[in-house]
Amino acid sequence: MSLSVSLSHRFAGFQLEVDFTAPPGLTCLFGRSGSGKTTVINAVAGLIRPDRAQITLDGVALHDLPPHQRRVGYVFQDARLFPHMTVAQNLTYGARVRRLPLTGFDRIVSLLGIGALLDRRPASLSGGEKSRVAIGRALLSGPRILLMDEPFAALDEARKAEILPYVEALRDQMGLPILYVSHSLPEVARLATTIAVIDAGRLVAFGPAASVLSDPATAPLMGLAEAGAILTARIAAHEADGLTRLDTGAGPLWLPRLAGVPGARVRIRIAAQDVILSRTRPTGLSALNILPCQVTAVQDGRGPGVLVQLDLGGEALLARVTRRSAQALGIAPGIAVFAVVKTVAVAQGDVGAAEGSAIG
Amino acid sequence: MTDWLSPDGWQAVALSLRVSFWATLLSLPLGVLVAVALARWSFPGKALLNGLVHLPLILPPVVTGYLLLLTFGRMGPVGGLLYDWFGITLAFRWTGAALAAAVMAFPLMVRAIRLAVEAVDPKLEEAASTLGASRPVVFLTVTLPLILPGVIAGAVLAFAKAMGEFGATITFVSNIPGQTQTLPSAIYAFLQVPGGDASAFRLVVISIVLAMGALVLSEWLARRVVVR
Repeated sequence: MSLSVSLSHRFAGFQLEVDFTAPPGLTCLFGRSGSGKTTVINAVAGLIRPDRAQITLDGVALHDLPPHQRRVGYVFQDARLFPHMTVAQNLTYGARVRRLPLTGFDRIVSLLGIGALLDRRPASLSGGEKSRVAIGRALLSGPRILLMDEPFAALDEARKAEILPYVEALRDQMGLPILYVSHSLPEVARLATTIAVIDAGRLVAFGPAASVLSDPATAPLMGLAEAGAILTARIAAHEADGLTRLDTGAGPLWLPRLAGVPGARVRIRIAAQDVILSRTRPTGLSALNILPCQVTAVQDGRGPGVLVQLDLGGEALLARVTRRSAQALGIAPGIAVFAVVKTVAVAQGDVGAAEGSAIG
Repeated sequence: MTDWLSPDGWQAVALSLRVSFWATLLSLPLGVLVAVALARWSFPGKALLNGLVHLPLILPPVVTGYLLLLTFGRMGPVGGLLYDWFGITLAFRWTGAALAAAVMAFPLMVRAIRLAVEAVDPKLEEAASTLGASRPVVFLTVTLPLILPGVIAGAVLAFAKAMGEFGATITFVSNIPGQTQTLPSAIYAFLQVPGGDASAFRLVVISIVLAMGALVLSEWLARRVVVR
């Protein structure tokens, strides 16, 4: 279940040169518009022919095959449902043209919550419904890999929040490798097993999501304002005053009420600019979350800020503070500090299911 | 009722319907192919093909008819082969009238279908290919259903044009009653004899009714296809 991609392609004034092997799970290609990430996914699908391409999936060479023989399920940004077919006909199209038995229809339809739409035409669906049908259509075509090119870029935040759990469920339940293109950092932080950061046609960072996101050296490439590490935590209890207590490696963390049942593992993104550092354990503070941790790296930026990487019982956290404060506090690798995270700073959309579990 | 129109008149109506039907039916697959080629493919000689298809629209019909006679007449390069190999004669036969009508109607047919092909988003065809459809299957399951209203419109337009074709037909196959005398040729013939005005006028009425009927039919078919 691994995808190996090695390709180079020359555009007008732009050279794409990418080389990676994606492990199982969901691999995010992250980068600005025009960085070449859609070209990579289109090359995997066979929709463009790069100058040089070596693409193998589970040992099968894809690069010599025409698109219809590659067995990729492609979810396009604009859904691209067939307007002359019903939802049910769209869903079964792949199995029909490939003459495959239609397996898992009921399961996928219920997983995506599209059972009530089967007789409708695409023109009468909302954006979120179209996205879900497009995912279902790709899954039911018997794919060996799922390709998703900013599938929810056209959706508003509410619709996106509605659909992201379905993608988490795909990642955790279908056992299908997913290549996911995005330029939204919160989305990447929530979904990715592995992150590949592409900038101007080059791969500038590649690795497990938690380590790429908490690396202060790559964070600026991904957008300083949105930089933030992800923590995996376990829901300990829903408390009476509307807060949920989570167990993390460095102690308890309180967040506004989450959807999961106690015991469920969740992934939380904590934005670097929402973390305050203190040398001593602060008292008389309204913030509930005060986590003891150790500085592991300090990255000086061009602006007035620095990014501080913290070790928190084996997991990494990222804090963005001013250079002046960092100097005043004597922040340097090895010293112990307390990280203060405001409870309400973690947005609901930044909490997702951790891999290998599902929000119940 | 039959007295209302002379036997020659009825014959001309029947012949015109037959000529137009076959002209439309046989040129339709080629029309779709050429429309798709002009809308989607790039190949050497595309501009030439485009010009060739549209030529009958610009040339005087007499010239088209004469060129058909030169090419498809018994002594012509194509007509000679057709006769030697298959025993087929086109010149001065109703089959020749069908060929002339098809050639004259072809630009209209191709234009209508080409517009429909250009309106189909190629991204839908890409999506179909990632779902496992080879190019012919993509065409049959996605492109063709989506251009169907345009194909119908093109066919009806071609049929109507074929019903009215005169110049190329009379040049290529002449005006033989019962053989090659189509509706417009018959109207022309009636107008050439004294006292033929009444018969000519009746054929004119029939022409108008048939043309209107074709328009209504095409609207109805197109609406049915869109609703489905």
